[in-house]
Amino acid sequence: MINATRIQESKGDRLFLGLVYLFLTVILLIVALPLIYILSSSVSSPQAVVSGKVWLFPVDFTLAGYKAVFNNAQIGVGYMNSLFYTVVGTIINVLLTIMLAYPLAKKTFYGRNFVMVLLVITMMFDGGLIPFYMVVKNLHLLDTRWAMILPGALAVFQVIVARTFFQTSIPDELAEAAELDGCSDIRFIWSIVLPLSKPIIAVMTLMYAVGHWNAYFDALIFLRSPDLFPLQIILRNILILNTVDPSMMANVDQMQAQQGLRDLLKYSLIVVASAPVLIIYPFVQKHFVKGVMIGSLKG
Amino acid sequence: MPNLVNETAVVRKPAWRSMKRHWQLYLVILLPLLYLVIFKYVPMAGIVIAFKDYNVIKGIWGSPWVGLKYFGQFFNSPNFWLYIKNTLGISLYGLLIGFPAPIILALALNEIRNGLFKKSVQLVTYAPYFISTVIMVSIIIVNLTPNVGMISKFFAMLGVENTNFMGIPGLFKSIYVWSDVWQFTGYGAIIYIAALAGVNPELYESAKVDGASRIQKIINIDIPSLIPVSVILLILNLGNIMKLGFEKIYLMQNPLNLSTSEVISTYVYKVGLLGSSFSFSAAIGLFNSIINLILLVSVNYIAKKLSNNSLW
Repeated sequence: MINATRIQESKGDRLFLGLVYLFLTVILLIVALPLIYILSSSVSSPQAVVSGKVWLFPVDFTLAGYKAVFNNAQIGVGYMNSLFYTVVGTIINVLLTIMLAYPLAKKTFYGRNFVMVLLVITMMFDGGLIPFYMVVKNLHLLDTRWAMILPGALAVFQVIVARTFFQTSIPDELAEAAELDGCSDIRFIWSIVLPLSKPIIAVMTLMYAVGHWNAYFDALIFLRSPDLFPLQIILRNILILNTVDPSMMANVDQMQAQQGLRDLLKYSLIVVASAPVLIIYPFVQKHFVKGVMIGSLKG
Repeated sequence: MPNLVNETAVVRKPAWRSMKRHWQLYLVILLPLLYLVIFKYVPMAGIVIAFKDYNVIKGIWGSPWVGLKYFGQFFNSPNFWLYIKNTLGISLYGLLIGFPAPIILALALNEIRNGLFKKSVQLVTYAPYFISTVIMVSIIIVNLTPNVGMISKFFAMLGVENTNFMGIPGLFKSIYVWSDVWQFTGYGAIIYIAALAGVNPELYESAKVDGASRIQKIINIDIPSLIPVSVILLILNLGNIMKLGFEKIYLMQNPLNLSTSEVISTYVYKVGLLGSSFSFSAAIGLFNSIINLILLVSVNYIAKKLSNNSLW
């Protein structure tokens, strides 16, 4: 190979490469340290956290914060709600995206340019918050589970990515051959297009699912009943507005200890709430990078 | 002449026939189109509310027209320039720092051959992208908690002790922008890494033969090959200048930093949905969208003239 005849790196180049390594190591630390700090704090004793003893490693290991998180009924309800919105919402998202992207990928589909223009317009201009809110209100979706699913049932960007994928990886000849054999379009999508599109479906599922799991804005404006709240709203109440229900710390008598546990709870909660996405992420990272690249081809 | 008639007939027939043959595709696309109309186009039509005196009982169409009254009210409000200044200030600051950051990371990663170190840097720097806004703001807050958080302890070592960083108006922009850089640089680099991977290896080989140093190679090969994709991303970013992320700013706001943290999107939410002034709020939202659209179209035009790269 070419490596055999490699030209030796000059001194300047080796110095430069060393600086690059140093730079990337600093970046790595800057990104990782705050996360490690939170992880360590979540398993340290409340006293150690409040008095600022925790730097990188846990001090006086304890799982009290996690116990408080799992004993909290509100958090449990939020977790289940988020799970529901994520699963149902993502299924609807992926179905609708394919239903729109596949016909648009077919050159023979009459009117596809018109629909593409319709799509692109929505990316550049929108009615703004108030008219959007009023549509949801007039459809009587306010304070229902549907408000978390229907208004965002489709992301135009994902449609364009999926369309590019279908255009480049499902040959027209395949559709023609299937047609000659008497295969209907819906059957073709179901038994040929879907199995051939696993990578793009994986990427879409991940992107949509992360979006639903992290959704906060829709819940803030559309939901009123606490039993419909997704996890993010409950997190905001506890983590940012600092309103912890005192009943969750019923076993702790002292005010000071309560304050300590309240702080500890925050760290544990951050870990618990981010866990699902961060655990899945390394497994789908490959697909994910691929998806971003597919999207960038002709975006 | 009969030939011509015949030809048009030949062209037309298959279009109609193919529509008939592929009726199922039209059935399939119906549902998503319905979604687009209801949740994208009906709200666009709903913008008329900005020119009306909206009254809940009379509805949008029954309410009286008031022309530009609400726009005037916004332009003349004492805080108009403050909100514009905050919106543009945070946006431009973010662009200045946030736009080159992923390019630099991608260039640095590109210098390193595939290996465990490269993979770990990528894995770790992408990860914050998946953190929700609520959690992100919580991470900012706990890390900045006086005497407890990691960052505040770091500043304490430098002599800045016991400071409530979130309550200092002058720091809001920096906290917002740099935490965004922390969260999104790794993700943003993916697209540039992909572009660098597409560079013809022969270019590097011949550069090596010519005795080019690594820095010369970056300047003469890497950066030029990133220009098309970065121009496109720059247009998109500039076209979003007024659409500043509502969620993060709203969550980071507190009574102490409002003078620098109130932007148009948070103001629209507060006035419109919390204060129920639908028409006034819709007018501000429309003003914002129009500025945005003008920016997008003009930046695209300029980019096309200057570099032949454009969105359309």
